[in-house]
Amino acid sequence: MRKSLIALIAVSALLPAGLLAQQVTPTASAPAQEVDEEVVGTLDNDAKIAIPAFATNADVATQTSAGTTAALGMSLATVIYGDLKNNGLFKPTGPASLPRPELAQIQAPDYPGWQGRGSDMLLQGYVRAEADGNVTVGCYLYDVSLGQQLAKAGWTVPPGEWRRAAHKCADLAYSRLSGENPFFDSRIAYIAETGPKGHRMKRLAVMDSDGANHTYLTTGQATALTPRYSPDYKQILYLSYFNGSPRIYIYDLASKTQKLLLQSANPLFAPRWSPDGKWILYSVAIAGNTDIYKMPSAGGSAVKLTNSPGIDIGGSYSPDGSRIVFESDRSGSQQVYVMDAGGGSQKRISFFGGRAATPEWSPRGDQIAFTHIAGNFRIAVMDPAGGSMHYLTDSWQDEAPTWAPNGRVIQFFRTARTTGQTGIWQVDLTGKNERKLTTPGDGADPAWGPLRP
Amino acid sequence: MKTQTAIATALASALVLSACSKKAPKILPPDPGGAVSTDTTGAGTGAATPGSQADFVVQLMGQDTVYFDTDQYNIDAADQQALAAQAAWLNKYPAKRATIQGHTDERGTREYNLALGERRANGAKNYLVSLGVDAARLTTQTFGKDQPVAMESTEEAWAKNRRAVTVTID
Repeated sequence: MRKSLIALIAVSALLPAGLLAQQVTPTASAPAQEVDEEVVGTLDNDAKIAIPAFATNADVATQTSAGTTAALGMSLATVIYGDLKNNGLFKPTGPASLPRPELAQIQAPDYPGWQGRGSDMLLQGYVRAEADGNVTVGCYLYDVSLGQQLAKAGWTVPPGEWRRAAHKCADLAYSRLSGENPFFDSRIAYIAETGPKGHRMKRLAVMDSDGANHTYLTTGQATALTPRYSPDYKQILYLSYFNGSPRIYIYDLASKTQKLLLQSANPLFAPRWSPDGKWILYSVAIAGNTDIYKMPSAGGSAVKLTNSPGIDIGGSYSPDGSRIVFESDRSGSQQVYVMDAGGGSQKRISFFGGRAATPEWSPRGDQIAFTHIAGNFRIAVMDPAGGSMHYLTDSWQDEAPTWAPNGRVIQFFRTARTTGQTGIWQVDLTGKNERKLTTPGDGADPAWGPLRP
Repeated sequence: MKTQTAIATALASALVLSACSKKAPKILPPDPGGAVSTDTTGAGTGAATPGSQADFVVQLMGQDTVYFDTDQYNIDAADQQALAAQAAWLNKYPAKRATIQGHTDERGTREYNLALGERRANGAKNYLVSLGVDAARLTTQTFGKDQPVAMESTEEAWAKNRRAVTVTID
């Protein structure tokens, strides 16, 4: 998590961005050998990206979980392939069905060979074991049709963080080809659920954006709910039951300790960080009336932001911190409202029929994701004025959207009818690319953290 | 001393909440998380100590729980009858304290349901207070949608799960 864990190398070797933009323009017109069934995302064609196993200078043992450098080279490409195949913009081919390039070919690719395989793009690299146990990973993106290098970068990482190098490499290709900001090198906090419907064990857990490096943070003795990563990944806000009532705790990841945010006899819930981490939003239920407050995360006096007699809950800051979207049933049913960060100018923005709940402001600021309830529970997005609403999912009960750091992908949790089984799902903004994340058991309440440095 | 014991009991129950729920239904001690008291009324427990939670459950015969319509928290006629029976028992044993546990069905979002469960528990509490029960004897809790007693995903099951359960503290 410290910046020193990943040293960015070869940055200065990157080509100027303007030049790259000119070079990549023709890729959209690269002759496709197969007809795409549908157009999704921002590319005109799904780019066919070959991702062969990474080469190495010497096949030697490493301290990584992947094994030797040769095995690690295969694993790196497999992780990158997994990242890129799941978002609908690309048609990657993974290392299992591709020849592994020699080290010398990493910076001088066999363009005719890759053209012969029908590849539009080539994402390849090398891995090298360092004397101190770290591994260095080089990542190179080529336009096969043009015979040109589009981007390259390298990272030296501790052996326990080798997957981060793969995510960084996938991010490099994703952002270079899509024009969007990267998001793969990020973490998810969520609630791991086990046991029958009537008495589920609910544990705080964290994992990489692809489900790897899964860790339980609590034992399940106390029910945990609704986590949120701090913007610096050092802490997690979450609910835990104490003495029969939900309380807000701050879990510190480095020390593996937690502290109570507030001492209160009343139920506390819906904790949220401000984008700069300086404020914490939360709700308190007092005598049947729930309102939203904010307090400095370093401690201090709370400020009451809402004052309606109904349930006001679940605030989410705009990325610039100036506004807060929240839900309230002051109109008679759950609807989405926006207010200034100080509580002023409260205004309803959801007018779609049914109920609108769990709003989350996109990190890009352009959209608000929420749960629309009209019979079934569906994930939807709208603009911050309440316009341009459209559904992303269609299932019996989907709720609690959380944004990827780049604001282009959403995770949520889906509950199965009758069994009550839950799972973390992911969908892009077209709604066409939906998949379930692999977790050890059931999962709910996902919270996507920011891009890691 | 009595208060400390009650707090300790509630605390211990909260900490082992899921473990408690897995055991066969018991009448004693009360489980703030389980809310299974209505299932145990007829189990040959006529010998319950007067003024105990076991006695409360036996005497109330299911009226330790009140039920709500979808998204509602108002106290209807059936609820009033149940709460009157609760109040009568509580007024008979003025030293007893009680917790009212609010629950929702599964067809709501998690955080809203936590607030809704609190609102239902508070509605039941207010009615008990209006019947002469000292508010200082009553506390509320909310479990949102996390502790259903009916497991189906049907209107009938949801109606059973939208509830506030009064549990006296021994």
